[in-house]
Amino acid sequence: MLVLHCPYCGVDVDETDLHGGGEAHLTRHGPGSSDDEFHDYLFQRANPKGVHFERWRHVYGCGKYFHAARCTMTLEVFGTYSAQTLEPPQEIKDAIMAKRPDWTGGAKS
Amino acid sequence: MSTRLENMGRLVDRNQAVTFLFNGKTLQGLAGDTIASALLANDQLLVGRSFKYHRPRGVVASGAEEPNGLVNLGQDGHFEPNQRVTTTELYDGLQATSQNHWPTLEFDVGAINTYLARFLPAGFYYKMFIHPRPFWKYVYEPIIRKSAGLGKAPKDRDADTYEHFHAHIDVLIIGGGIAGLSSALAAAQTGARVMLMEQTAHWGGRAAVDAPQIEGMSAEAWIAQTVEALEAMPNVSLRLRTMGAGVYDHGYVLGYEKLTEHLGVSDGPRQRLWRIRAKQIITATGAIERPLSFAGNDIPGVLLASAVRDYAVNYGVSIGDRTVVVANNDDAYRTAITLCEAGLNVPAIIDVRPTSEGELPQQARDLGIRVLSGKGIAKVKGGKRVTSVVVCAQAGEGAALEEIACDCVAMSGGWSPVVHLWSHCGGKLIWDEAQAMFRPDPEQAPKGDQGQDFVTAVGTANGNLFTAEVLGDAFAAGLSAAQSAGAPKKGRAANAPQGNDAEEAALSPAWLMPQGASYELRAKAWLDFQNDVKVSDVQLAAQEGFESVEHAKRYTTLGMATDQGKLSNINGLAVLSKSLNSDIPDVGTTTFRPPYTPISMSSIAGVAQNDLFQPIQWTPMSEWHSENGADYEPVGHWRRPYAYLRDGETVHEAVNREVVNTRESLGLLDASTLGKLVVKGPDAGKFLDMMYTNMMSTLPIGKCRYGLMCTENGFLSDDGVVARIGEQEWLCHTTTGGAGRIHEWMEDWLQCEWWDWKVYVANVTEQLAQVAVVGPNARKLLEKLGGMDVSKEALPFMQWADGTLGGFDARAYRISFSGELSYEIAVPASQGRAFWDALLAAGEEFGVMPYGTEALHIMRAEKGFIMIGDETDGTVIPQDLNLQWALSKKKTDYLGKRAQERSHMADPNRWKLVGLETLDGSVLPDGAYAIADGDNDNAQRNTQGRVTSTYYSPTLNKGIAMGLVHRGPERMGEVLTFTNVDGEPIKAKIVDQVFYDKEGAKQNV
Repeated sequence: MLVLHCPYCGVDVDETDLHGGGEAHLTRHGPGSSDDEFHDYLFQRANPKGVHFERWRHVYGCGKYFHAARCTMTLEVFGTYSAQTLEPPQEIKDAIMAKRPDWTGGAKS
Repeated sequence: MSTRLENMGRLVDRNQAVTFLFNGKTLQGLAGDTIASALLANDQLLVGRSFKYHRPRGVVASGAEEPNGLVNLGQDGHFEPNQRVTTTELYDGLQATSQNHWPTLEFDVGAINTYLARFLPAGFYYKMFIHPRPFWKYVYEPIIRKSAGLGKAPKDRDADTYEHFHAHIDVLIIGGGIAGLSSALAAAQTGARVMLMEQTAHWGGRAAVDAPQIEGMSAEAWIAQTVEALEAMPNVSLRLRTMGAGVYDHGYVLGYEKLTEHLGVSDGPRQRLWRIRAKQIITATGAIERPLSFAGNDIPGVLLASAVRDYAVNYGVSIGDRTVVVANNDDAYRTAITLCEAGLNVPAIIDVRPTSEGELPQQARDLGIRVLSGKGIAKVKGGKRVTSVVVCAQAGEGAALEEIACDCVAMSGGWSPVVHLWSHCGGKLIWDEAQAMFRPDPEQAPKGDQGQDFVTAVGTANGNLFTAEVLGDAFAAGLSAAQSAGAPKKGRAANAPQGNDAEEAALSPAWLMPQGASYELRAKAWLDFQNDVKVSDVQLAAQEGFESVEHAKRYTTLGMATDQGKLSNINGLAVLSKSLNSDIPDVGTTTFRPPYTPISMSSIAGVAQNDLFQPIQWTPMSEWHSENGADYEPVGHWRRPYAYLRDGETVHEAVNREVVNTRESLGLLDASTLGKLVVKGPDAGKFLDMMYTNMMSTLPIGKCRYGLMCTENGFLSDDGVVARIGEQEWLCHTTTGGAGRIHEWMEDWLQCEWWDWKVYVANVTEQLAQVAVVGPNARKLLEKLGGMDVSKEALPFMQWADGTLGGFDARAYRISFSGELSYEIAVPASQGRAFWDALLAAGEEFGVMPYGTEALHIMRAEKGFIMIGDETDGTVIPQDLNLQWALSKKKTDYLGKRAQERSHMADPNRWKLVGLETLDGSVLPDGAYAIADGDNDNAQRNTQGRVTSTYYSPTLNKGIAMGLVHRGPERMGEVLTFTNVDGEPIKAKIVDQVFYDKEGAKQNV
């Protein structure tokens, strides 16, 4: 059972107090998008063995969604950050690079 | 025979007799006994039957690894199956019965299987029972089920109570042997918060039996002194009878504590589940001795050498008078020496090694014990008890050299560290060639949230089998774990305790005995005693191509018994690797999963049982409902009256009465459970236009609009009436179960997609009590209460108004889910009951009656209104339900719009909503399928539709239904045939889905 730091409450939260929200940083495709774009938006999700960006909601706490950068292999957490961003902030990228020098920077790879 | 000795027995109190029942027979044990030791003291060697061949089974081990000794324990509400006799402490009045035999333990009909063993090899079931296909369901499975199975399932509700404890600690040490104690000493002296748990009732583990010297005193004295020192420290918590069941992500550990279980039926919780977060975890879980694979090693009386020693030293019990020791290592000589010292006879030690010159073999020889070097056991003779062993050369094929009469065989194939807890969370293992064991690889420890190692294995669990290195290794690990957990480095640390024991020579792996054993012998050499997996079975699996250890395990069921391979795992791997001509580490191990030994379901539930199982939501009027015959049904976490039963009525009669009365006069519905979300802010209109399929931003203040919500997949997810309250404020009704889900859905989009939109959402569901006042007399009732104008002109259909009614602050919505003249009136929750009472009192002259959810459902179905969860199931789009009118064509976007343009969604061949009427007026079965010609690829009948809602309509006095039918609306008047599990198929005609008042005349008055 994971422990994640809620950046809003400033506390470490047990996984049972959170709802997982799937992959973070998806780009929404609506009317006007091609079939392929829309298909990928709906169904294609990264499933990396390694660095993964994901959404969590502190459902039994502040109710806010936040993002976590996590290693799916070792369960190491590189950091959590606000959900109001289109890409991981620089300090999160730095934290990942410090521990995973081979990481290519892809949020979805 | 097995019996109680005059001497020895450090754990039993010879002055305190304990009486217990085994298979209805009254037996006597001593305080401090386990069931196993007490049974053995009574010469009850036979404890069960094996799973497949029903062979007689005796106790093999003395701890958690015991595969055979499982019993049904207790009575009625305290009954529990599959309790291990070696770990269950004896108490006065204990009642146990053995398992997996018929009719009796001594005489079992199923034992015929043992003679058929040749025809029942590994994978037999898979090969034999596949043809003919229908035979599995009707012939094979019922017969196999009857003869299989271990304990009985409890029939009564669990009469005991259970609890959970949460703990956050720095260093958790699992295992209270000398390694755990040494680690605890080191960690505790730093000031770190330390918890030490031990699964048995005693500290010290095996050391007290094997008695090395520690710090110049006996192990037993050192253990007592250390425990006393730890108990005095405020930062240390010591838990006996507490097993570390599993190690999980980020330092989460489940501990399983027996609180009163070992006392029998008593007050207080029976077990406690510890839910622990530890910064560092030390696994000091010891090691388990391995059996040797020789023919007849499953005959009762063949035990692990360490177990024979344990029963003598700990419980003063001898398994037999004449014990042959068979081993590949020095340690097993301790058993021979112990038995000799107890005055018992050890006719021979059979050692596979060509020479054995160590300290222990020398001691044995000095005691006059015959040591047969380079020898093995060709086979053990005996039925329900060992009678003799046939000695052979280990290097040969099993030719008999001599036969030695004996009634006990003590075997030892070396030791395997208990690596389960290390492995649960990703710790990897390395193969230690010298000691022939898998041990934890410190380079690949489980990783914590910061990527740090958070589990350390120490002592024998780390592959250190000798006292000196156990103590030193464990002490250093305790210190370093405390420091990793953030403990300050205080002064100079005390030194590790010093210990020493006899020098031991290296063991010699002996995976098969003798090494060239014939098929006859291999087919009698057991690996998994409970599941009847033999050396020959694993070899067959390898031969048939099951090369992966995980496949071989499932094909043979090796290690799948209740002991989960604690004894059989390594021996099985060794046989498999040899058959595959590869090395043991290349074959690898199967996966270790929690729990270490089974834990009760009740302990997992804890106090979350009965009323505390989950929170239940009640409305402000629930008390009245309960007092007035409410028959409740769960809707989400709510409890809603299904119907209100009057004296002598059936539920069906009550429902019909409620419908008729509402249609003819006046009904009240407690609608407080409907979700109510306030959506407010400068961008609220824009936001709701995205959430709903129809346009909400253009809704004038004071008006209501029925809206649909879809997921991004285009599927209908929720519906409800939206009211425009102010320039920047809307109130959205959701379904009863949907309030929390839709709130989260809105928050998701506001927080993660359109976070720059200024919108606030509040769930006010429980702030308001809401009553639907429904029926031709609804307006008269409200006018009688008085306070606000509810006339057709002042409050037309699909509008709302604030005001007072009978002195209550009220908001009245002119909306209808029944097709009748209807007002839904919201008042503050605190006044809900008073308002309800006022409506009932004032409505008396109109014959007012409350109605429940079933009447609500019938009335909406009569009107052809859909219900989320009936007409929808997560695969239905609004277009399927003929709701195109609610899909805005003006909007460029809403959630689900793009998906509804996908080819499959726009396909005219979808199943669409229609009404259904049986030809004979009967009620269609719920969920019934309309059958079509031909079969599909799975040889199942083709279908062309299904029933989504079906009721008896008291208004129309016949069955009515709605369903989704292939191109349904184009096929009006067509007759379909529906499946009926209870009888003949039923014919029904496709009709319009609105059965009652098509023009809407009744609600627009």
